[in-house]
Order: sequence, then structure tokens, then C-alpha cells
Amino acid sequence: MNYFDFFDLPHKLDVDLADLERRFHALSRKHHPDRFTLKSRAEQQQALDDTALLNDAYRTLRDPIKRAEYLLKENGFDIGEQKSNNVPPELLEEVFALNMAMEEMDRPELEKSRQRFVGMQEELDRELAAKFSGYDASGDRNVLAEIRGLLNRRKYISNLIVTSTLP
Amino acid sequence: MTPVQIDFGNSGPERVVGIDLGTTNSLIAIMDLAHPEVIPGEDGDRLVPSIVSLGAKGEIIVGNPARKLLIEAPDRTVYSVKRLMGKGAADIQEELKLFPFRIAEGSESVIRIALGDRTFTPPEISAFILRQLKKNAEAHLGEPVTKAVITVPAYFNDAQRQATKDAGRIAGLEVLRLVNEPTAAALAYGLDKRKEGIVAVYDLGGGTFDISILKLHDGIFEVLATNGDTHLGGDDIDIRLMRIALEDIASEWGEDLSRDGEAVQTLRRDVIAAKERLSFVPFTTLSFEFQGKKYAREITRELFEKLIEDIVDRTLGPCRDCIRDSGVTVEQIDEVVLVGGSTRIPKVRSAVEVLFRAKPHTDLNPDEVVALGAAVQAGILAGSVEDKLLLDVTPLSLGIETMGGVVSKLIHRNSTIPASATETFTTAVEGQRNVLIHVVQGERELVKDCRSLARFDLKDIDPLPAGMARIEVRFLIDANGILSVTARDARTGKEQSVEIKPSYGLSDEQVEAMIAESIERAEEDFNARQVVEARVEADTILAAVDKAKRNDAYVELAEEERQHITDAINQLLLVYHSDDHLLIRGKIDQLNQVTMKLAENIMNTAVRGVLKGTKI
Repeated sequence: MNYFDFFDLPHKLDVDLADLERRFHALSRKHHPDRFTLKSRAEQQQALDDTALLNDAYRTLRDPIKRAEYLLKENGFDIGEQKSNNVPPELLEEVFALNMAMEEMDRPELEKSRQRFVGMQEELDRELAAKFSGYDASGDRNVLAEIRGLLNRRKYISNLIVTSTLP
Repeated sequence: MTPVQIDFGNSGPERVVGIDLGTTNSLIAIMDLAHPEVIPGEDGDRLVPSIVSLGAKGEIIVGNPARKLLIEAPDRTVYSVKRLMGKGAADIQEELKLFPFRIAEGSESVIRIALGDRTFTPPEISAFILRQLKKNAEAHLGEPVTKAVITVPAYFNDAQRQATKDAGRIAGLEVLRLVNEPTAAALAYGLDKRKEGIVAVYDLGGGTFDISILKLHDGIFEVLATNGDTHLGGDDIDIRLMRIALEDIASEWGEDLSRDGEAVQTLRRDVIAAKERLSFVPFTTLSFEFQGKKYAREITRELFEKLIEDIVDRTLGPCRDCIRDSGVTVEQIDEVVLVGGSTRIPKVRSAVEVLFRAKPHTDLNPDEVVALGAAVQAGILAGSVEDKLLLDVTPLSLGIETMGGVVSKLIHRNSTIPASATETFTTAVEGQRNVLIHVVQGERELVKDCRSLARFDLKDIDPLPAGMARIEVRFLIDANGILSVTARDARTGKEQSVEIKPSYGLSDEQVEAMIAESIERAEEDFNARQVVEARVEADTILAAVDKAKRNDAYVELAEEERQHITDAINQLLLVYHSDDHLLIRGKIDQLNQVTMKLAENIMNTAVRGVLKGTKI
């Protein structure tokens, strides 16, 4: 079953998280296996399946990135793992600096890189939020294509953040 | 004989009990109207020490009576068995250095512990404790108890949870739910005190440490994150103090007592007492006496705190990780609730206070709060508590082994359970009939650093060219935190057969065999009790007849009647030591019959005596 439908929500990218949580709690009360412990095996299994679906759906919908990926997939966009090692051209310089810092274990430089990546991610998130509203208003598939591009870029940057974070 | 009438008719829905199966102590509780209550044992004690001993006649002794045997019969007695639940032989090498567990020859995946000349798996030992608790509850309630909620450390993995469930089944309990201990504590706490807000539960028990952060809202107890260490607790503190004392003794007495079971257990008792005193006084004397020799050492709280500093510190890392994973800041946490006996230690309290920047909440009894919460959850399941709902999480990520021994995560830690994930598998060579999936639990990237959970063999795949088969596998973690796997052929929609090979723990067949054995033993036990009761009755009547023979009324009997009595006595004595209680009772009845007239006569004489005002 579709996650948005299960929550009785329109298929949109902007979601009111407080409202989502209220729905999650109400649906939990209705479906949770605790309510069916002394019922028949079939009812117990149904409760287990429904609640697993509910929890999986909530996990996806409350996270804006996962939610967007889910909606893209639903609309036939391929958002498979970006396996390519090609560095996006606009990031070439940054990645080069990061590699240098890594090789030399230059902690201050690494930290600077990390902060730049975090900044980029924040900017991307703002851009994504605007696109989300844009899609919700227009339902335009072209906006979805743009969102997919931004998501791929974001994934690349979050990997860089992980790489540049020293323990 | 006082036959107990059990009315199965109007007792309403069956009661579900809540059980805290602890490392050190175990408790059983029940919802009594709107409040959970701990049920005391026969001796009035609410805590049943998690100690099991095999008596000289092969009987199982549990709890306080077994505690004494820890010192008197250390080779027949076991404690802290929870540390071994769900463990394999390779896991416990470290444990064996510190605990006097006597491990018998077993398999790699299941440990067997020797008690005297018999061996038991950890679930069987735990089942003895559960059976004792069940008995206590049945005696208290006057009705049979067959359904239970049992608590487990939040950080228990799949095998440890499964082992706990197995223990319940072996003990004749249907385990309706495993509940995480800190969550249970929050439930008891939330029922009583705070109804809304963010609560952290810090649970440092005898052998395990858990930290959970929950959001309480409108009767919903939602766990945001959990973390912990299943090998950290009061036991570790005891071991540290014992090592110091053993070293002292070795140099003072020139004797190594560390291999002497009786000495070690006596010392352990004294160390625990000293540790507990130090929570209330600034210094104390650890004194120990063995075979006429005495050892004493003063321990200040300051020294004690230095000794346990790193143990307390080891709880802080998981706390920080838990706060981070919960998505709340320290400032947003409204309360910290302390659970587990080790949180009585002032050093632990101050460390928690510093980390959470709030005075921890201590007005609940840290020994009982988990059992009380389990009873509340039992009430929820039985339908008697309607407005509360627990939403718990899985403590560890679930993944499968991929190329190069790398883990691909399917369900991340702190996902609300039940949770599921579906993956599609295919074949690598033409005509391949089987695909083996290795499932692991843990946070690390490589399989070798995670805990192997099980291997699932997808069998009888339709032979097809390589990569054509499409087997959809669904991994489902249920509300107990236990994994199940189902598979179907995505092309045909047919269910695909899956053979499960758990890496640790008992197979279903083994558990069934243990249940059968325990029922058999229950019959044996029942029969043994009948025999004992029959003999007691025989003793009573033999003594009565013996006394009656000295009465004048006996002499007044006919010769033949006296002979019948003598014969009946001899026949009863002949069968007295048999194991057939029906046979003994038959002879008792016979003796009753032939002494009927004698009894009547005595009664009449007594009445006459009373009428005359004389004593007989």
C-alpha cells in the first residue's frame, strides 16, 4: 500500500510533521499488535503486517529526503544508488582540496573542508525545500527531475561530509 | 489434606503476569485494578534471587534457599546465568575468567552448564527461575498462570531475546511479549508520575546497562532511541573488589583462594555487602573469614569511586550516542529515571547528573520498577489497560552479508518495531537451486565485526539462467524485536521455502524436547509429592493406632479383631517405602476399616469418662 494513502495524505512533498505524528499515533493505536494479543492468529499476523507497514511508512515520510525519494520512485524516476565516481564538475576543486588534506592528515584543513561541505548541504536543503513547494503547487514533472538532480548532488556531498569528519 | 477448589467458570479473562527476569534478582508482578503489584514468594520476599541449585536428591532449588547453597555447594549452584543467554562457546571465554560457570561439553552454538552430574542450557536454568515465579503467582492468586510478559535488556540481540522466549516456553509460559527493561520502567514511571515530555531511563543492573530516551504523549510511550552494553553492571564492580581482596589475601596468607569455589562465593557475598554499605556511609570494612583465618580491609568511598570510575564512564558513551540518535538535545530531556540496583551508588548518580544536567529521579524503587512496568504491559495486552501504548525500537541494525564480507544494512537501529525490509535476490550461475543469505546484527561495516544472527537458505529455486530468478525476501522484526524471514518467487508469486540455521541458540526441536522433558519432570514431581503426602498420612494413622493399642478399648476387642489390626499395620508398613501412592493409600484405607470399631469404642469410653467427670 502507498505510504501517503496509508496516512490519508495527499501525495505532496511538504508535510506538516506535527500532523504526521498525530496520524502516526492514531494509526498505531488502531493497528498495533498489542491490541490483538488475545485475538486469532490471522488477526495477529494482520496487525503485525499493518504496523510494520505503518512504521516503515512513518520512517520514510517524516524524513524530507526519504520522502522525496519515495515520491520520485512512485513517479517512475530511477533513484538507484549513484555508483559513478565522476566528480560533479562544480565540486572538482573542493574534492581536490579534500584529497590533499586527507593525504597529509591536515586536521585544520580537513575541518575547513568539512565546514564548506556542511554549508553546501544547508544551501541545498533550502533549494530543495523551495522545489518541494514548487512541485506541490504545480505538480510539474520537470520539477521532480530537478529535485532528483539535487538529491543526487546532496548524496555526494553527504558522503564528502562523512569522509572529512575525523573521529 | 485441604483440596483447593479452582473455579475456572467465572474468573473472567485470564490474567497475564509481568516478569522481570534479572541477572541478580527476578520478580513477578500483576495489575491489581489500576495499579501494578509485585507478588511476594512463599517466604514473603518480593525479590527472588536468580540463583539455581541442583539438590542432593536431584530436586531444583531456586531463590533464597539456593543462595545459601552458592557457598555450601558451589559446584551444584549457578547465578547470573542471564550473562550466558543467547551466547555461543566462543563468546564466553572472557566470562569464564570471572565467573565460576562450569561449562560442560556442548556445541559451538549452545552452551551447557554443569550442576553436579547434570547439565543444562542457559534457557533451561532461566526456566527454573521462571517456574518458581509462576508458582509464587499461582499460590498468591489461587489460579493457574500461563501467559506472561517478560522483560529483557533493551540492548539484547536477536539470539538473547530468542533464548529468553525459549526459557518461557520451557517453563510452561506463553510469552505474549518481550519488553525492553527501560521501556517497562518508563511505563511504570509514566503511569505514576510524568504523563508528558521527554524522559531518559538510565538502567544499570547486575549485568547489563541500558539507556533509552522516550517521548511520552497522550498515553503513547514512544522510544526515540536506545543504547547500552549487555556486559556491564554491578557484577563488574564486584569482580574488581574481589580481585583486590584475593590479591591481598594471597600476599597476607600466602594462599591463592581464587580457585576455591566456597571461598570465592563467601568473599563475593562479603564484597557485595561492603559495596552496598558504601552507598550510605563514607567508609566501611570489608571483612572475610575463611577456615578460621580473617581478612579485613577498610575501603573509603573515595577509593571505591576511583576503582569504579572507568566502569561508570563506560555507561556515558552509550548515553551520548543515545541522545544524538534520539534527535533531542540534553536540554529537551525533562527527567532522568534511574533503574537497577547499581544506580544506588552515589558516583553513578552524580555522573548521570553531570551528563544530563538534571537531578535524576529516584523515588521509584529501582529493584521493582521494571517488574511493575512489565505488569502494566501485561495489562495492556490483556485489555485491562486501554489508554496506554508502547512503541519500541530495535537496538541494533540488521543487515545481510554482501560481496567481500561487507554488510548491507536493511533495517537501521532505532527503527520503531515492528519493522520490515524487502530485498530481491537472484542466482549467479545457470540452474542454481539455492541462495544462502547471511543475516547479521550490529553497526559495523564488516560482517566479521557484527554478530551473526542466522543463515537463511532459499531452497528449491526453479532452475533458470543466471540472474533470471527473482526471489523477494521479506525481513520482519516483530514487536518482541525478533526477526522472521519469508520469501516468495517474484515471477510466480509462489512462496519460497526458507531453511533457517540460527547461529546461536536452540533449535525449535530442542526447545520442544525440553518442554516435553519438563512436563515429564512435572509429572514425576507431582507423583513424588503424592507419595510424600501418602506417607505422611500413613505416619499419622500408624501413630494413632499405636496410641489406641494402649487404650483399654483395645483389650476389649475380640482376638480376631486385634489380629486384623496387626495384619493391616504390617501390610501398610510393607508398602510404606514403595513409590506408588495409590498402593499406600489402599493400605491406609484398609487399616482405617479394621480400626473403625476400636475408634468407636475409644470414643464411647471417652464420652463415658467425661460424663463421670474423670479423665481418661
